[in-house]
Amino acid sequence: MSEITYKPGHEPHPRETRRIFRNIDRVGYTPSIESFLEDGGYEALKKALAMEPAAVIDEVKKSGLRGRGGAGFPTGVKWTFIPRGNTKPVYLVCNCDESEPGTFKDRFIVHQDPHQLIEGMVIACYAVQAHYAIIYMREEFPEAAKIVREALEEAEKNGFVGKNIQGTGYDLKIILHRGAGAYICGEETGLINSIEGVRPYPRIKPPFFPAAIGLYGCPTIVNNVESLCQVRQVLLRGGEAYASEGAQRSPGTRIIGVSGDVKKPGYYEIISGSITYGELLYDLCGGPKEGRKFKAIIPGGASAKVMRCDEVLTGRNPDGSVRKMSIFGVPMDLDSIAAHGSMSGSGGVIVMDDSRSMPEMLRNLNRFFAWESCGQCTPCREGNPWMLKLSTRICEGKASPEDVDLLKSVADNICGRTVCAFGEACSWPVQAFTTKFREEFLALTKPINAFKPHNPESAEARKYMTRED
Amino acid sequence: MIELTDDICALAKDVPSPGEKFYPVFEPTPELAAEAHGYVTMYPEGREQSAVLPIIHMVQEKFGFISARSIPWIAEMCKSTPIHVAGIVSFYPGIRRKCPGKWHIRVCHTIACAMSGGEDLLKFICGKIGVKPEEMTEAEPMAVSADGLWSIEAVECLAHCGFGPNVMVNDTLYSQVTPEKIDEVLEDYRRRD
Ligand SMILES: Cc1cc2nc3c(=O)[nH]c(=O)nc-3n(C[C@H](O)[C@H](O)[C@H](O)COP(=O)(O)O)c2cc1C
Ligand code: SF4
Ligand code: FES
Repeated sequence: MSEITYKPGHEPHPRETRRIFRNIDRVGYTPSIESFLEDGGYEALKKALAMEPAAVIDEVKKSGLRGRGGAGFPTGVKWTFIPRGNTKPVYLVCNCDESEPGTFKDRFIVHQDPHQLIEGMVIACYAVQAHYAIIYMREEFPEAAKIVREALEEAEKNGFVGKNIQGTGYDLKIILHRGAGAYICGEETGLINSIEGVRPYPRIKPPFFPAAIGLYGCPTIVNNVESLCQVRQVLLRGGEAYASEGAQRSPGTRIIGVSGDVKKPGYYEIISGSITYGELLYDLCGGPKEGRKFKAIIPGGASAKVMRCDEVLTGRNPDGSVRKMSIFGVPMDLDSIAAHGSMSGSGGVIVMDDSRSMPEMLRNLNRFFAWESCGQCTPCREGNPWMLKLSTRICEGKASPEDVDLLKSVADNICGRTVCAFGEACSWPVQAFTTKFREEFLALTKPINAFKPHNPESAEARKYMTRED
Repeated sequence: MIELTDDICALAKDVPSPGEKFYPVFEPTPELAAEAHGYVTMYPEGREQSAVLPIIHMVQEKFGFISARSIPWIAEMCKSTPIHVAGIVSFYPGIRRKCPGKWHIRVCHTIACAMSGGEDLLKFICGKIGVKPEEMTEAEPMAVSADGLWSIEAVECLAHCGFGPNVMVNDTLYSQVTPEKIDEVLEDYRRRD
C-alpha cells in the first residue's frame, strides 16, 4: 500500500493503528468517491455481495465486533435478533447523533471519509436484508449533511447504492435524516421516534427491542457510525483475523477522543487493549500541562463514572496473581475498565488536573443532563433539575453537609427507575463524584471555605473553590 | 370553556425579534410545497409524518424560524395536525420559535469546552455583539442583538471536545477559539454583506 502523508501537525502517534481514521487528515484525500476508490474502497462490499447474507452475519459474529455507540453490544448478535420468519421490511439506522459530551469521532468520518460509512452500511444492510436505511445525523453537522448527501449520490451513480447494486439484484435506498439538537435522539428508540416524526421519547425496551419492533413497527437495526465502519474492516480482514487482534473480548481498533487537561488532546486510534490509560495520557497525549498533576479521569463520555487518579485498584496479572495499580495501569479495552466500576463507553476520555474543582465539573454535567432530559419519566425530569440546584448550591458555598448526601440519594433514586438508560447516564456521574471526591463537596459546605480559592489562577476565575488545606 | 391564557396562546403568537428584517416572511408557495413534497417522498408510503423534521428544517433555513403561520402549513405538508407539529417544534432545542439574527452564534458550554474557557468566551461574545448574558434564559435560550445582526445561544457538546472552546457561526465551526480569534471572525462576518 502506498505511503500516506498526513497534514503537518496531524501525524498519528507511532503507537496508533489507523484503520477507520486512515484517511483522516490525509494530504490530498477528499470526501469524493474517487479518493475512496483509489484507496481500495468498495472492495469489502464486493466481497460481501458474493457471500450469502447469513454468511456475512456469521463473519461479523466471528469477529467479536462490539458496538462503538456506548453500550458495547456485539454487533453480529444484534443482527440475529431479527425474528425468524419475519415478513415485514427490515430497516437499518446509522446513529450519527454523536452528542455524548467528550465523544468526537463520528464527526471526522462523516466530514472527511463518508464513503467508508456508506460502504459499511451497505454491507450491514445486505447482511440483514434491509432495503431501506437511514443515516440519522445531528443537526449541528450541517456541512457533513451536504457531504454525505453528495456521497450518497455518487455512490448511487457508481452502482453501490440504489437499485440492483453491482448487478446482484439487491436494492437499497439510503436517506439522510437530520435531528434538531436533542441529546436524547442518540438513544436508539428516541431516535426511531424522531424518524417517525413524533416527539423523540424513548420507548420502553424489554420485552421488545428495536431489532424486533422498531421503526414503523418493523425490525430495525441501530448501529453507530464507527461500528458500521468496523463492519467494513471485518469484511476486509476476515472475521477470525479481526477477532485475533486486540483484547480478546473486545477486538479491533478503537477511536479514543481525549479532551481536557492534557498537553495534546485529540483523537487516537489504537488497537483495543494495546495500551493503558497511563500510556495514553503520558505517551500519546504528552502528559499533564506544565506544573500540573492529573487528578481525575472520566473514561468513557460524560455519563461514565469518574475515576480518581490516586485511587488504588486491584488488577490481575496474566498469571492470575493480584496486583495493586492505579487507573493508569488499566488497559484500554471495554471490559478492564468496567471491572473497576466505570465504563469505556463511546471512547471519550475527559481528563481533569489538580486545578479543577470537582463540584464545579459535576455542576456542569448536571446542567447538561437537566437540559437534555426528555421529560417522560418523573424521576429523571424532576431529579435532574433538583440535582443541578443542589450542586449549584454546593458550588456557591450555600449548602449544608447534608446536601451532599441528598444529592447522592437523588441520583440513587433515579437510576434503575426510568424508561431509558439516560437515567443511569445522569446518575452515575453524581454517584461517582460525590463518593470519590466527597471531601471536596463537604469542604464547600463549610462557610469559611466557601470563597477560599484553590490556586492563583482560579482565584482570578473565582469559581474554583475547593479543599480546606 | 378553556380560558385562553397567555400560556395557551403562546403557540399561536410569534415573539418579535430584530432579526426578522434579514429573513423573508413565511409565505406558502407552490415551489415551497414542491420542495416539501420532495422530503415526504423520501420516506416509505404512508409515513408522511416522518418528513416533519426535514420540512421544519427547510422552513427554518429559509425564514429563520418556525412562525405560528407556518405550523398549519407544515402540518398539511406532512399530513399531520398543527398541534402535533407544535409539539415537535416545542421539543427540540434546535428548532426556533423566534427569529435569530443574520449571524447565529452557538457557543458550547459543556464540560470539555467549559474547561477550556467556553463560559467566559460566551460572556465575551455577548459583550461584543451587545447582548446581556442574562437575556439568555432557560425559556428563551437565544438572545438577539438590537440591530438584528447577531443572535447568540449557549449549546451543549458539539462533538469536537478535544479542541475547545468550540463556537459555531451559522453553519461553520470554529475551534480553540480565543477572544482575539473570535474578534477577527466576527469582524469578518460584519464585513460580509
Ligand atoms: C441517553 C443515550 C444517548 C445515546 N447517544 C448516542 C449517540 O449519540 N451516538 C450513538 O452512537 N449511540 C448513542 N447511544 C447508544 C444507542 O442507544 C445505541 O446503543 C447505539 O447506537 C447502538 O449502536 P452500536 O451497537 O453500534 O453501539 C445513546 C444511548 C443513550 C441511553
Ligand atoms: S430516563 Fe429521562 S431521558 Fe430517558 S425516557 Fe425517561 S425522562 Fe426521558
Ligand atoms: S464539550 Fe464542547 S464540543 Fe464537546
